[in-house]
Amino acid sequence: MIRRFLRSREAILLGAIVLLILLISTRFEGFVAPSNLANVFNDTSPLIILALGQMAVILTRCIDLSVAANLALTGMVVAMLNTAAPGMPIPLIILIALALGAIMGAANGLLVWKLGIPPIVVTLGTLTIYRGIIFVISDGQWINAHEMSPAFKAFPRAVILGLPVLSWIAILVIAAFAVLITRTPLGRAFFAVGGNPHAAVYTGIDVGRTQFLAFVISGTLAGLTGYLWVARYAVAYVDIAGGFELDVIAACVIGGISIAGGAGSVGGAVLGALFLGVIKNALPVIDVSPFWQLAISGAAIIVAVAFNARSQRAKGRIILKRAEHAT
Amino acid sequence: MLSGSVDAVALPQPDPARAEAAILELAGVSKTFPGVRALSEVDLRLYPGQVTALVGENGAGKSTMVKILTGIYQPDGGSIRMDGKAVSFPTAHHASQAGITAIHQETVLFDELSVAENIFIGHAPKTRRGLIDVGRMQREAREILAEIGAEIDAGVRLRDLGIANKHLVAIARALSIDSRIVIMDEPTAALSHKEIQELYALVEQLKGQGKAILFISHKFDEIFRIADRYTVFRDGALVGDGQIADVTQDELVRMMVGRSVDQIFPRRDHRPGEAVLEVVGYSHPTEFEDVGFTLRRGEILGFYGLVGAGRSEFMQALFGITHPSKGSVRIDGEDAVIRSPAEAVRAGIVYVPEDRGRQGAVIGLPIFQNVTLPSLARTSRHGFIRLAEEFALARDYTERLDLRAASLDQDVGNLSGGNQQKVVIAKWLATQPRVIILDEPTKGIDIGSKAAVHEFMAELAGQGLAVVMVSSEIPEILGMSDRVIVMREGRIVAEFDRDELTPERLVRHAAGISEAAA
Repeated sequence: MIRRFLRSREAILLGAIVLLILLISTRFEGFVAPSNLANVFNDTSPLIILALGQMAVILTRCIDLSVAANLALTGMVVAMLNTAAPGMPIPLIILIALALGAIMGAANGLLVWKLGIPPIVVTLGTLTIYRGIIFVISDGQWINAHEMSPAFKAFPRAVILGLPVLSWIAILVIAAFAVLITRTPLGRAFFAVGGNPHAAVYTGIDVGRTQFLAFVISGTLAGLTGYLWVARYAVAYVDIAGGFELDVIAACVIGGISIAGGAGSVGGAVLGALFLGVIKNALPVIDVSPFWQLAISGAAIIVAVAFNARSQRAKGRIILKRAEHAT
Repeated sequence: MLSGSVDAVALPQPDPARAEAAILELAGVSKTFPGVRALSEVDLRLYPGQVTALVGENGAGKSTMVKILTGIYQPDGGSIRMDGKAVSFPTAHHASQAGITAIHQETVLFDELSVAENIFIGHAPKTRRGLIDVGRMQREAREILAEIGAEIDAGVRLRDLGIANKHLVAIARALSIDSRIVIMDEPTAALSHKEIQELYALVEQLKGQGKAILFISHKFDEIFRIADRYTVFRDGALVGDGQIADVTQDELVRMMVGRSVDQIFPRRDHRPGEAVLEVVGYSHPTEFEDVGFTLRRGEILGFYGLVGAGRSEFMQALFGITHPSKGSVRIDGEDAVIRSPAEAVRAGIVYVPEDRGRQGAVIGLPIFQNVTLPSLARTSRHGFIRLAEEFALARDYTERLDLRAASLDQDVGNLSGGNQQKVVIAKWLATQPRVIILDEPTKGIDIGSKAAVHEFMAELAGQGLAVVMVSSEIPEILGMSDRVIVMREGRIVAEFDRDELTPERLVRHAAGISEAAA
């Protein structure tokens, strides 16, 4: 069991993250302090939550480019609700955020399932639509910290057992996903649909419905993150989290979630997100320019993809030999 | 001078029986895949201006031969000579350069390119600057299309053409390469009667141009209509060749199937019980019509027919993947409606498809998860999978099938073809079905695994399961079935009990040769 873990992609990624942290600590000792690492985790929590939702979608051979737009729209709506009705209880706000996100995810899922439009096209379209709706409902105006109620802003920052609520939510989502992926028929169906859609059909799995549910999950988590994001940064505007969907997909790819579907793990997605999170948090403190940060994140993605492609090529050779055997 | 010996080829042929030398001559060609000897020391000669029909059952080695001729496979032994000179085709490009073109059952062309581009892709006429000369390409494409009498606009995209016109484009492409040898792999399988007549005219035209044609077909009427020579393969070996004028349909059929059944099939006492499944008048707008039968407990019902006879299409409809336009199903005497595979599984019908790679195992999931995929409801409590129960279920069924794997945690992709097949069968048995449909259950697996699958099939029937076996392998149909239904062109054309079965009868009905001709 331990030996198998050591040879796994997750172990290599974990090793890379530890190495990265050690390297950074030679330049800036404070980085390895537990409180700082907890901060890095808290900062990375939105990315972790979204990467897990994205993982479900990618496992089924789809992709969700609309997560950041969904996050921004949900964030704007709950921020506006909060300004209009400051007394609205936080649990209700969270419920609304979850529901809104789920509806937007369902819209993606229905277009993919019922109309058979390629997911990249659907979500590229809804990405633009959701961003457009933010502009329409907000008139392009910002909602700033002073317009939000204190309770609204305090929730993600509230500290329980030494960690902020935002971190605890990420941990809860990780745990829930671990169970969903390994212990439920739906989790199994994600792998079957992405790994071999034809076989999935013969097994009695509805491929379209499974993809739809993956989009709903991704959308729901994007909605939840929308509230957390807006509350944490205490600001809502059209362009919040602009381009964040690319970070989310990058986290999945670095974590070894195969873009071709059917392969990946919760651990991989979380570590992929943490890897990016460490880079983003560490490079500024050791005085690396923001341009290098982008280049380094990009290089990490390419290295990860090349790594995946290599391991898949070795596998492909075996399959081809079998295929030849079968004819 | 020894006619037929390779030394003689370079010299003029005085032998009047062989006015011309073979363009292509294969001698002693063998090809072995791990566990399967696909071709053993076969000979094949193709003559200019003549059509040679290559005849054989499925698995006789015809496809392997085509792949060797087109440079996709390399032979393990033997020689290939063109015009008397030894040649080899290390890649498909070499074969094409040597003037060999294959027109496949499913045309391998590009849907999004124009007809002219399809005809000339890879050898388009160039301008002096090295760019594609679009005008000349269009013009030459029109000329070639006119030459074969095809009324196709060279400018339209291929996807807008019907299947018959796509075939014509493939033929035009063969002509544009100036190929000397044209291989036609079941070219009429997807064509209508009128289109087939046009194809025959085209074949005559190609013959007139001195091209050598290798014509692969299961249809005896067309073989006798257009072939000049025949070559029969059986189990990867050459069993006969000669002039088509010197042979009768019966003799060809006998060469094709006449074998000592060297495979051992399990002995079974045939005691079918009450009816489990009754299908009445199943029809589909394009694939099959009025298919009906009754299946009993403990019975193995064989479905025989040529490729494209509609057997798999019917089974897919029965399993709820496609939807019949007419017809009804009764299970245990009660009307059942099957609109999706999930409903079929719930009704107790399972389908083990033919194409394991595409439709069977989920590569990437471990063995045990593949086995339990359709049975997760049974190993779950309150929506959560119980891993211990899941593992026990998988172990139970894989052990019954004598699956050989290091661990049930292993990726299915690393198993052999035979063991993958066992995983797929185990998966279905774990759903505890009443009726199991096995589509080509032993296609492409080695003899040992075949015997295990047959053994198991007999055991299943012995336990009261009703088995439908779609097979194109005559020994398997003969050895395993209690009853056989023969389908041709989407209809049931014959039904035999075990004791009425002969290989000749099967082939005759499947190919549409009247019994009176015997």
